[in-house]
Amino acid sequence: VTPSYSYFTSAHDVKVHHKPRLIRHVHYSESSSDEEKEGVAAPVLDCSQPQYTDRPDIPLPDITYITKYNLEQLKLKEKESGPWSQLTKDEKLALYRLNFQKTYAEMRQRSNEWKTVLGVVLWFVGLTGLFYWWGLAYVYQPVPHTFSEDWVAMQTQRMLDLRINPISGFSSHWDYEKKQWKK
Amino acid sequence: MSGALAKPVMRGMLAKRLRFHLIAAFSLAIGIAATFKFAVAEPRKRAYAEFYKKYDAAKEFEAMREAGVFVSARPTGK
Repeated sequence: VTPSYSYFTSAHDVKVHHKPRLIRHVHYSESSSDEEKEGVAAPVLDCSQPQYTDRPDIPLPDITYITKYNLEQLKLKEKESGPWSQLTKDEKLALYRLNFQKTYAEMRQRSNEWKTVLGVVLWFVGLTGLFYWWGLAYVYQPVPHTFSEDWVAMQTQRMLDLRINPISGFSSHWDYEKKQWKK
Repeated sequence: MSGALAKPVMRGMLAKRLRFHLIAAFSLAIGIAATFKFAVAEPRKRAYAEFYKKYDAAKEFEAMREAGVFVSARPTGK
């Protein structure tokens, strides 16, 4: 007889259907062929299975944090099916920690990561500065002659003669009577 | 049970947030618009009005002509 929830089973489980319902296998791919092929000890994450996440906007993740219970945890789970008033405070906390990895307070805890991020960002800005200097030194040609002081002076005088933006712009800062910039 | 926690807020969270943010949004919008009007728009209108009160177009034209910026109206070359 195959168990009714294929969700919670693997090929291994089919043989032993008298196992307590409490055991659910970790949702990693458990086919031994994967491990043989890759020669890796770490389990392969099966993203088609529900995952556990610590997120403040997901109060109840899709699965509990601990799915494979050891003997101690199994006993605790059995005690949980009885009256809860008989649970000690530590047992209640242990049950909580079976279901959740972090509390909300722990989730929201701030870290010093921003310093690292800022440091690396600034380092890259510095690197960009190096590239920029190199461009200035070896790539850019001299600016056109129209940027020389004499030319700019002639240009400024012409702009004033043309009354460029006389109300609140360029020429508004020139005093035409005294022939100087307004203080 | 040692030291029961206070009951957390269960309802009305959206309404509370909306109330705060609606008031804030409208005040900010109106405030910024008013600031712009009185710091930028009105001074600018006044500057234009002042400028054209004492503006003599003919005089300005002669001054520009003497400076030599026109092609069809060369300086009178006295």
